[in-house]
Amino acid sequence: MSLPNHARCVVIGCGIVGNSLAYHLTRLGWRDVVLLDKGPLPNPGGSTGHASNFIYLVDHSKEMTALTMDSVRQYKELGVFIQSGGIEVARTPERMQELTRRMASGESWGIEGRSLLTPAQVKELVPYIDEKVILGGFNTEGVGVVDSLRAGTLMREKGRAADALHVAPKTEVVGIDVEHGRVKRVRTTDGDIETDIVAITGGVWSPRIARMAGTRIPLTPAVHQMIDIGPVPRFRGAKSDIEHPIVRDMDTNMYERQAGGDLEIGSYAHKPILYDPEDLPPVEQAALSPTEFPFTQADFEEQMQHALELMPEIVGDESVGVKYAINGILSLTPDGMPVLGESPDVKGLWAAAAVWVKEGPGTGKAVAEWMVHGESEIDLHSSDIARFHEHQKTRAHVRARAAEGFNKTYGIVHPSEQWASNRNVRLAPFHIRERELGAVFFEAAGWERPQWYESNASLLEEFGDRVTRRSAEWDARWWSPIINAEHLAMRDRAGLFDLSAFTIFDILGPGALASVQCAALRQMDVPIGRVVYTPVLSPQGGFKSDLTIMRLGDEHFRVVTGGAGGMADKKWFRDQLVRGAELADLTSSMTTIGLWGPHARRVLQGATSDDVSNEGFKFGTCRVIEVGTQRVLASRISYVGDLGWELYVPIEQGLKLWDTLWEAGRPHGMAACGIGVYGTTGRLEKCYRAHGNELETEYNVVEAGMTAPRVKEEDFIGKAAHLRHREEDPAAVLCTLTVDDHRAKSGENRYPLGREPILTRDGKRIVDRRGRGSYVTSAGAGPSVGKHILMAYLTPEEAVVGNQLLVEYMGERYPVSVAVAGATPLFDPENTRIRS
Amino acid sequence: MSVLVLMEDGGPSRQTLTLARKFGEPRSVRIDAILPFAPDALATALAQAADELDASAVFAAGTERGNEVMARLAARMDLPFAANCIAAAPGDPVEVTRLRWGGSLLEEARLHSPRPLITVAPHTVAADDGSVPPEVDLHHPHDRDLTVRVSDHVEPSSAGVSLAAAKVIVSGGRGVGSKEGFAIIEELAALLGAAVGCSRAVTSAGWRPHTDQVGQTGTKVAPEVYIACGISGATQHMAGLKGAKRIVAINSDPQAPLMLNADYTVTGDLKEIVPAISAEIRKRR
Amino acid sequence: MRIAACIKRVPITGGRILLTDDARAINTQHLGFTISPHEECGVEEAVRLIEANKGDSVVLTLGPSEAVEQLRDAMALGIDRAIHLQTDGQEWDAEATAGALLEAIRADESANGPFDIIFFGNESADSGGFQVGIRVAYGLGRPCVTGLKKVTLEGSQVRCEQQVEGGRDVYVVPLPAVLTVKEGLNLPRYPSVPGKMRARSKPVAVVTPSRPAPRLELVKLAVPAGQGRRAESLGSGAAAAQAVVEMLQKAGVL
Repeated sequence: MSLPNHARCVVIGCGIVGNSLAYHLTRLGWRDVVLLDKGPLPNPGGSTGHASNFIYLVDHSKEMTALTMDSVRQYKELGVFIQSGGIEVARTPERMQELTRRMASGESWGIEGRSLLTPAQVKELVPYIDEKVILGGFNTEGVGVVDSLRAGTLMREKGRAADALHVAPKTEVVGIDVEHGRVKRVRTTDGDIETDIVAITGGVWSPRIARMAGTRIPLTPAVHQMIDIGPVPRFRGAKSDIEHPIVRDMDTNMYERQAGGDLEIGSYAHKPILYDPEDLPPVEQAALSPTEFPFTQADFEEQMQHALELMPEIVGDESVGVKYAINGILSLTPDGMPVLGESPDVKGLWAAAAVWVKEGPGTGKAVAEWMVHGESEIDLHSSDIARFHEHQKTRAHVRARAAEGFNKTYGIVHPSEQWASNRNVRLAPFHIRERELGAVFFEAAGWERPQWYESNASLLEEFGDRVTRRSAEWDARWWSPIINAEHLAMRDRAGLFDLSAFTIFDILGPGALASVQCAALRQMDVPIGRVVYTPVLSPQGGFKSDLTIMRLGDEHFRVVTGGAGGMADKKWFRDQLVRGAELADLTSSMTTIGLWGPHARRVLQGATSDDVSNEGFKFGTCRVIEVGTQRVLASRISYVGDLGWELYVPIEQGLKLWDTLWEAGRPHGMAACGIGVYGTTGRLEKCYRAHGNELETEYNVVEAGMTAPRVKEEDFIGKAAHLRHREEDPAAVLCTLTVDDHRAKSGENRYPLGREPILTRDGKRIVDRRGRGSYVTSAGAGPSVGKHILMAYLTPEEAVVGNQLLVEYMGERYPVSVAVAGATPLFDPENTRIRS
Repeated sequence: MSVLVLMEDGGPSRQTLTLARKFGEPRSVRIDAILPFAPDALATALAQAADELDASAVFAAGTERGNEVMARLAARMDLPFAANCIAAAPGDPVEVTRLRWGGSLLEEARLHSPRPLITVAPHTVAADDGSVPPEVDLHHPHDRDLTVRVSDHVEPSSAGVSLAAAKVIVSGGRGVGSKEGFAIIEELAALLGAAVGCSRAVTSAGWRPHTDQVGQTGTKVAPEVYIACGISGATQHMAGLKGAKRIVAINSDPQAPLMLNADYTVTGDLKEIVPAISAEIRKRR
Repeated sequence: MRIAACIKRVPITGGRILLTDDARAINTQHLGFTISPHEECGVEEAVRLIEANKGDSVVLTLGPSEAVEQLRDAMALGIDRAIHLQTDGQEWDAEATAGALLEAIRADESANGPFDIIFFGNESADSGGFQVGIRVAYGLGRPCVTGLKKVTLEGSQVRCEQQVEGGRDVYVVPLPAVLTVKEGLNLPRYPSVPGKMRARSKPVAVVTPSRPAPRLELVKLAVPAGQGRRAESLGSGAAAAQAVVEMLQKAGVL
């Protein structure tokens, strides 16, 4: 069969992801889809072919769990799933605590059949384990193994049966032609295919393919070691591939699973061994397959000892031999999440890479929906290829973070845990001042942002009991009570914030208004000098983003958004540009300082002769003022809910502005405040929502309590869905809850950190009519209200102020109450401060 | 100039003569000159004969025995020895081309030796059709050279068709999946009066005895038809197939090396295809 | 009793052998390494003999520093200790290899007494010289039997079966002796995990012999031209059975 010379879409790579993506594209109605691979079928030689093929369900990431659960559903439908159960065992008290956290995440994401087991109970299910080595286990009944190659074959057959899919194995892509920023054709060893859409599903080869189109897919091939030992006397006569639960020995970064008559032992414990995509041999030169490298025994020495400790009956049996051992190659990314979606550089070039077997089919389906409908059912923002900033796509960054992340595969990773490698990439112009103040830096999009300032420790004494201390190490990790003290200083006087990590871009030209109107829910045809906070909706009316837009001229809008989602937002706006509009990225040209608090006006007035009175500079407006010798764009809005401004200057003048404001603030007791205040305490007291926490495509404006009285006349993305949502009763209501009692059984006070399940008082999961469970979307202190604050979507029945519920945290349940149903702030509910 | 040749019955020695003649007028010693076979004695005899003839070189066929005796001669005379050559050009040094990796690789080498010792890889050089070279007279073997000598012979125990002599071989690889999986291979072999073969992966897994193994370290075969089922075709295996007339490959991977080196291919699951072939043969009877 | 086994580190080749740019070696960038197959059986036989008769077993190799992996592999199977004749990675011809091994064996024997049996592979998988074991035997003045598929101890003698056309020839030689063996002699065990762990702490003595000028001097390697078979597809799946049978009939074997 010859290769077609034209295609609706060319999918490159026949691993589990490519097969799934191609199939789902045809299922959603696309015709003339071509699926290529340079290797043979059914096993083209990539990571799918040597994967251990087991699926654990619970992950702390909601997105990853959703993709995994959907994959399991598909594998089951294809008849290639064998349920075995899986037990994560703990050797340390820290791990036991982590297992309770995993129990809770399972509850949050709705995974049934979970239980914590005693060592004796583990032994009952896994009789060959030495239960003396472990303290307990976390059992998930729904864990199982799949035949991923068979699944791929079946998916290809379905696509072919629908006469919509052409499969071409042993066809290597040699080029991807791009014209005017759009994909035009794929060149292969068997001829050219004209096409507008290309999807790269080439696993570890993906970066090589992306480079042909002049862009990058930031992943690195890395080694995962696996050995197979047997024959295991106990497994003699095994009737299926697996009859005992898979064991994950979390503390040693290893797993052991029955594989027919043998035991397979895998490890993520060894030192990270990274390769470049160019290091992978061609199919015909590989002894096994191009992604099965020779085993390096030296990297596995300790692991043998660990396996022997845990399963001495099998591993210590002299008659059981090591039959097979490989260094399998898999994909790692700088942040551990996949790389999905349309390239921000080349229109029509899609990626679905760094995806493992456990989430392969679900990812294929989600990306297919995204390609066909413009969005997927599962919110994929953490996996969006557009999320990467330029420096995050460099080889050095990818390798540094992949190496650091590798040993966290089974690690106990605190939700606020910071990366150690490749830091200090982006520094604010006043970074030197922050250092002088003892800033503790957290990273956002490569920027070093002060989370709090050690020099503010003196405030602890000032605020005394108003600052809650945390005694549990986990709760206090990557945290300081100084954050709360800074918060109180800001609320009482004034605070100065480093907001350099903002992503800033201008939309310019005759088409500027039409372009921003298209992206923004709110009316953008406002007078010059107005600042508008607006949701950005997905086609189905979910939250793509939320951000502020300043109108600086007739044909000039400035979009300001967070660092984390900034690159994806930029792509989104660029995709909506109409003729006569252009986008200019100012992120590295402008720096931003926030100044808020009741004394903010006095501070600013001390540095400017311009009128910054409430009458002279109204809330929700922006204009250029003079601060000393600097012309500063001041914007009167606030994410901490207090009087004040965001102040924008060219980046080289940032230090001067900081120093000027610092001097002006001194008489007013102004404190430098970290992002701990900006992103958590200040925000939560005001019940402000955050993208990625409360705001996801899976929830709509009505549910989030952000409905405006009117909908603008002009069309915008998601409008039809939004209008529909306004007519419906919401399935869920975003609520603010407070913790009523923090006391654990141990007597210690505990403070949930987010993502925990919210349960009814009798311990039942709360699930809305669209099947979404209630969990803590954000958690943090509210120092001014004296409460620990949680946000969560609840069903309308539960979303009643005063309703008493439970939050599960670290294996215990704590009473909580609904404080607010909807968006009314807990602190300053009338918003008098911000408008004063 | 004379050249000394260790002669056996059969083609390989005739082929050896072709190369040997380049080095001089051949004189021969028969490999069965000393019976029962005593390789040290034969090596001593060759050494004496070579000295007496002042032979320019000593040749033997690259058979098991040829290589063995030549290696002993080399050890005794303290000379280098080039085994399994396919070409040799006289001179100083002698330029030879020899087989490596059971023939999967060729080595060009220089043999620096006052008396080159060379064996010729069987079936790589055209046979010489000249007259049989005259034999040299041998000394009576010394007792100390008879320590290593054949004292008994054991008949082959297996009743089945011997691999080396089989006209048809049905062979299975890792793709067969298990020991039990060979039932369909055996069934087809029985219908064809064929021998059962296998790859090294199969022997290592303990699914078949080593006597069934075809390849560089197993048996080298020369059947009319070799049916390879689920064998990928690593060089180790291909080295044993050089004498096969027709190779049929059955594999789910159309790009497996054996599929690319076969005369006929069938793509798909051998567990379906092999029984179907058996059924088809039965149908025609 | 005392047994030695001499082994060679060789790459595990796949479907196609690739050479280095200078064509003087195999490009092993993507390849793993193993003990040459015949010698694996020699190691297994040595382990079995020591298991049955007690004593001391030694594995020797001449090769680059990485060859210690194969020594450890052999010790994981049960060999007690190793002697590594370490090279700088250059190829040694068979004559030089035998000379260095002979010296190392003599040194060990002068300290610990003679080996009853020294096992070699009949020929190495890569260079296939068919001579190292025989040369060492001559150097030691011991009987050497080659190409063995069966080895049986009979008191102070060893009974050896050598595969020949139409059966096996039997040799009985006195100990000490040098035996070169072939795959099929036994089915080598897989190393157990405890075996691998024990191997880590077993002693490896390193000597660094100097390489004499080779008298069989490698110039370059070449991959022989393909056999030029052009595969004819007989179809796919069970439906191809008919075509296969017709082909067999045409070939005259049915």
